[in-house]
Amino acid sequence: MCAQPTNAVSVRELERSGPGANDVIIQVEDVHKFYQLGETQVHALRGVGVTIRGGEFVAIMGASGSGKSTFMNILGCLDKPTSGHYLLESTDVSQLDKRQLAGIRNRKLGFVFQGFNLLARTTALENTELPTLYARIDQAERRRRALEALEMVGLADRTDHFPSQLSGGQQQRVAIARALVNRPSILLADEPTGNLDSRTSVEVMEIFQSLNNTGLTIILVTHEHDIAQFAKRSLVFRDGKIRRDEPIQNRAKAAEVLKTLPVLED
Amino acid sequence: MDFASTLRMAFRALARNKMRTALTMLGIIIGVGAVIAMVGIGQGADDALQKQIANLGSNMLFVSSGSVNFGGLRVGWGATKTLVRDDVTAMLKECRAVAAAAPGTQTSAQVVYDNDNWGTRITGTTPDYFEIRTWSFQSGSSFTDDDVTMAANVAVIGETVRKNLFATTDPLGKTIRIRNLPFVVVGVLVAKGQSAALTEDQDDTIVVPLTTLQKKITGQPWLRFVMVSAKSRSASYAAQQQIEALLRDRHRIRPEQPNDFTVRNLADMADAASESSKVMTLLLGSIAGISLLVGGLGIMNIMLVSVTERTREIGVRMAIGATESDVQQQFLIEALLMSLMGGAVGILVGVASSFLVHSTVGWPVLVSSQAIVGAAAVAMAVGIFFGLYPAQKAAQLDPIEALRYE
Repeated sequence: MCAQPTNAVSVRELERSGPGANDVIIQVEDVHKFYQLGETQVHALRGVGVTIRGGEFVAIMGASGSGKSTFMNILGCLDKPTSGHYLLESTDVSQLDKRQLAGIRNRKLGFVFQGFNLLARTTALENTELPTLYARIDQAERRRRALEALEMVGLADRTDHFPSQLSGGQQQRVAIARALVNRPSILLADEPTGNLDSRTSVEVMEIFQSLNNTGLTIILVTHEHDIAQFAKRSLVFRDGKIRRDEPIQNRAKAAEVLKTLPVLED
Repeated sequence: MDFASTLRMAFRALARNKMRTALTMLGIIIGVGAVIAMVGIGQGADDALQKQIANLGSNMLFVSSGSVNFGGLRVGWGATKTLVRDDVTAMLKECRAVAAAAPGTQTSAQVVYDNDNWGTRITGTTPDYFEIRTWSFQSGSSFTDDDVTMAANVAVIGETVRKNLFATTDPLGKTIRIRNLPFVVVGVLVAKGQSAALTEDQDDTIVVPLTTLQKKITGQPWLRFVMVSAKSRSASYAAQQQIEALLRDRHRIRPEQPNDFTVRNLADMADAASESSKVMTLLLGSIAGISLLVGGLGIMNIMLVSVTERTREIGVRMAIGATESDVQQQFLIEALLMSLMGGAVGILVGVASSFLVHSTVGWPVLVSSQAIVGAAAVAMAVGIFFGLYPAQKAAQLDPIEALRYE
């Protein structure tokens, strides 16, 4: 992989609607979640409460079964709490129907997955465009936004490549571009570096850090301490509850870490 | 999502599995093609039949002797001796719906000219017969009423007889021998071809004056049939009733006794024949329709496979903001696209095979625009009907489960 410009994101300032920095963007109050798994009832979340402000970069950690994925699904409006409240930009999400939730996922949230989840045999540009299709934006604007998002992640020269022609890191950057294309206020990343080697992981974190510097709120699920060190705040889940909520001490700067890592040629 | 993008996406999804798409479409192609070809054959047969019946004259009635009980034994056509020329005279005088009537009798005989001979049907009748049946002459003309009165030895021959006896010579004025009696040929009928309704070669016939046949050949003074034309097609039912009443009266048939004659109404025969060809069309069409149904099941099957294979894709689409109706629409349009493309190719195949049947087997084929429009509409309906369930299944996936699907 060739060396990427470290200022990829700062090239263009993101236009963002909604609340500015430090406004409360996510408010979770005493959320419980029960699952029916066959005969047994699983109490996945046992009273979770947290407040996240605009511009934060939160790492969610915890062992598997700790409830972090369930919490992430609720934050991502893919799931609803059994009880309690989740206010997203002051809207009580638990009151919305499926269609409205789809609208929120489309415009206010951006998703990045562990497995990239790009559509096969579809170019980077078209993959990036996908959320704009569901936002019913006209074609010229769709293209403009998708190109802009790809430029932000440093892939302006790969627009016509298929996922099979891109490295894992490049695929994840297309996925990030796709998450950014509708200019969301929150980026949700579920183990985004889980399938990547260490240098590529840091490169992805560099993109996250520079996006966060432009004011984008980022919530990241990870089980790697090194990766969590790039965030500003960490939430640790255990047994369906938040056990620790603290700011990250000695936060790592991805741009500096990259300089210490050898450049891999492939 | 806008329609153009949805359509483009559906095309791409189908192009991803070209072989599978082609095979699935083949079911619809065969179904639609079969419907068009089968209905084309059925309608062609019906159309040909209607034309033939129109040629026969739709206001024609055929009165035949026979149908009588001899102590429990029912005898058919021409077995009774009760139908006579006076009946015809009375018919013309008393039945107001009757326009013309020609008495007739028939026999078979060997006909000889020069060194050739030919066995054929000899009809004895009056000149009105040619007018009622709308038979015209390629050369010469009919014998006259005087010929009938005088029992003259004159004959009108059909095309088949002409071919067999007079290969190259002009038959007019030549003398043929019927049961050793000499007859002068006065006219040759225009070729009419095979009759589907009457299943006989209408050209294989010789027509002579009624009296000549009765007195010189058969020696039987009664009639075997009367060919009647009603004043119009709508009058043919009235004519039928009037003739039946008249003949029952003249033959002194008591109310509880059956007729000793049969009146057949060509309008009835036409309707019956048309009815049976419609049933055939329906039958052929429904068998073809079943193959279209099977093609639809193929679409449903493949769409269900496709939904399962693309579970993760569906999960991603939902996570980035696709609503249930977006997902449903996407899969429905894929199914619809397959059935419509299959339908379009099927129409071409159906029309082509109809023409092929016409040119090779020689069956009359009628491909109507209604059949084509109907087939296209049915193909579309099949796409919607069989695409709906898989599309709904896709739309109702839980995004969390779908994203976790391996």
